[in-house]
Amino acid sequence: MTAPGTALAPHRGLSPRERRRIGRGAQYALLVAVVVALACFADWGAIRQSFLNAQVVSDGLPRLFAVALKNTVIFTASGYVVGFALGMLLALMRQSSVAPYRWIAATYIEIFRGVPALVIFLMIGSLPLAFPGFQIPGGVYGQAALGLGLVSAAYMAETFRAGLQAVPKGQMEAARSLGMSHGRAMLSIVVPQAVRVVIPPLTNELVLLFKDSSLVLFLGVTAAQVELAKFGNDQASTFANPTPILASGLTYLLITIPLGYVARRLESRQGGGQ
Amino acid sequence: MSTVEIKNLRKSFGKLEVLKGIDFTVEAGQVVCVIGPSGSGKSTLLRCVNLLERPTSGRVVLDGTEITDPDVDIDAVRRRLGMVFQQFNLFPHLTVLRNVTIAQERVLRRGRAEAERIARENLERVGLGEKADAFPAQLSGGQQQRVAIARALAMNPSLMLFDEPTSALDPELVGDVLGVMRELAGDGMTMMVVTHEMNFAREVADRVVFMDQGVIVEDGPPDQVIAAPRHARTREFLSRVLHPEG
Repeated sequence: MTAPGTALAPHRGLSPRERRRIGRGAQYALLVAVVVALACFADWGAIRQSFLNAQVVSDGLPRLFAVALKNTVIFTASGYVVGFALGMLLALMRQSSVAPYRWIAATYIEIFRGVPALVIFLMIGSLPLAFPGFQIPGGVYGQAALGLGLVSAAYMAETFRAGLQAVPKGQMEAARSLGMSHGRAMLSIVVPQAVRVVIPPLTNELVLLFKDSSLVLFLGVTAAQVELAKFGNDQASTFANPTPILASGLTYLLITIPLGYVARRLESRQGGGQ
Repeated sequence: MSTVEIKNLRKSFGKLEVLKGIDFTVEAGQVVCVIGPSGSGKSTLLRCVNLLERPTSGRVVLDGTEITDPDVDIDAVRRRLGMVFQQFNLFPHLTVLRNVTIAQERVLRRGRAEAERIARENLERVGLGEKADAFPAQLSGGQQQRVAIARALAMNPSLMLFDEPTSALDPELVGDVLGVMRELAGDGMTMMVVTHEMNFAREVADRVVFMDQGVIVEDGPPDQVIAAPRHARTREFLSRVLHPEG
C-alpha cells in the first residue's frame, strides 16, 4: 500500500480524467476515419445497381410475401410444434425412474445437439434409401416439420428440463399429498409451471428455428414450396442481380427482431416478480 | 375419524438415522402435538404417516390397514389424509378457488359445480370466502396457509397432518392460522401437529409428544409434558423455547 498522502496528491501533467477524455476522442476519430474511407472506396453506383435494385424488388415482392414468407412460417411453425412435443417428452424421460428412458433421452440430446442441422436434413432426404417405399406424410412439408422438429427438440428438452427443475419440490409433494398420482401431479401442477418459466427461452428457440428453416432448401423444393432464403437465391439468379437476397434477409429481420423483443420483454417481466 | 398406530418406525437418510424406533398412536378425535428441537425427526415422523417419506423399517397402521405394506395404493391412503406444509405449497399458477377444486375434480371425480360449492364452503370456514378469485401471490402468508388448510379440508380427510404450519409466518399472522386449527380441533378432527407454538399445544392438544434425536422422550397430556416435564431434556428444551432470552 502506498501512503495516503502520495496516492491522493494531484497529478503532475494530465489528470486521469483528461487522459480518459483524450482516449475517447481518439476512438471517435478512428471510427469516423474508417467510415469515411469505406464511403470513399465503395462504388455507390454498383451497390445501388446490385443490392438496391427497385425494379427487381418490386417484381419479386408479391411472391416474396405470398409464397416465400408464408412457407417459411409454415415450416417454422410445424417444426416448432413437433420440437415442443418431442422436447417435453424427452425432458420427462430424462427425469424418469426407468433408467433406459433416461439413457435414450440423454443420447438423443447429445446426438442432435452435436450434429449440424444441415446434416440432419441431408439424412432426412436420404431416408427413402434406408426404408424403401417409406414416405414421410406431407412431402416436403412433412420432411421439414420432422427435420426442424428433431433438431429443436434436443434444445427444447434441455430448456424444459431446467424449467421442471425450477418448480419447487413442495409443489409435487402438495399434489401427491392431495392424492394425485405422480403422472397427474406432473400434468396438472408441475408441467404448467415449468412451461411458464421457459416461455422466454422458448421464444428465443422460435427465432433460431425461423432462421434454421432456410435449410429446407436442401430437401429439394418446387417453386410453390420455396422459402425465403431459396426464394432470394433463385430470384437473384433469374434477374442476375443479388437484390432479392438482401430483400429476403430483411424479411427475416421483420420477424426475428420483434420476436426477440418479445422474448426480452417476457424475460424482464418474469425477473420482476411473480 | 381415524386412528394411527406407529410401530417401531425407523428412517435413515443414507447413513444418518433420523428416526430410531418410534412407537406411538393417535386415537380418533385426538389432537396430538409433536414438539422438539430442530433435527429431532418430528417432521420426518409426520411425513412418514402419509408416506412422503418411505420408512426404512417399522409399520404405520391407519384405521387398521398397514399402509407401509408395499402393495397398498398410496394415492388412496393419501386421500384420507390432509397435509399442511410449513411453506404452504399453494399452486401459484392457479387461483385460490382452483387450488381448492383441482384435486376434488381430478382425484375424487367431483363435478365442477359441486367442487366449487365445497371449495367456497371451506374457504368461508377459514375466513377467506372473498379471496376465491385471487392468486396465491396476492395473499399474505397467513392467508395462504389458511387456503392450504381449506384445500386439504375439501378432500374430506379423516386425519389432518400439520408440519410446522406457522413457522414461516410473520408473528402477527400466526394467530389467524392457529384460530382456524383451534376450530378444527373443536369440531372433533383428528390432528397431528408438529409445532413450536407451546401455548397452542397447551390449550388445544390432548397429548403432547416431545422428540429428541430420533426418539420419543416424553409422551403425555400437556399438563404433564409442558407444565411438569419429567425428563431433563424436555425441561431444557422447554426453558429455551419459553424463555429464549434466558
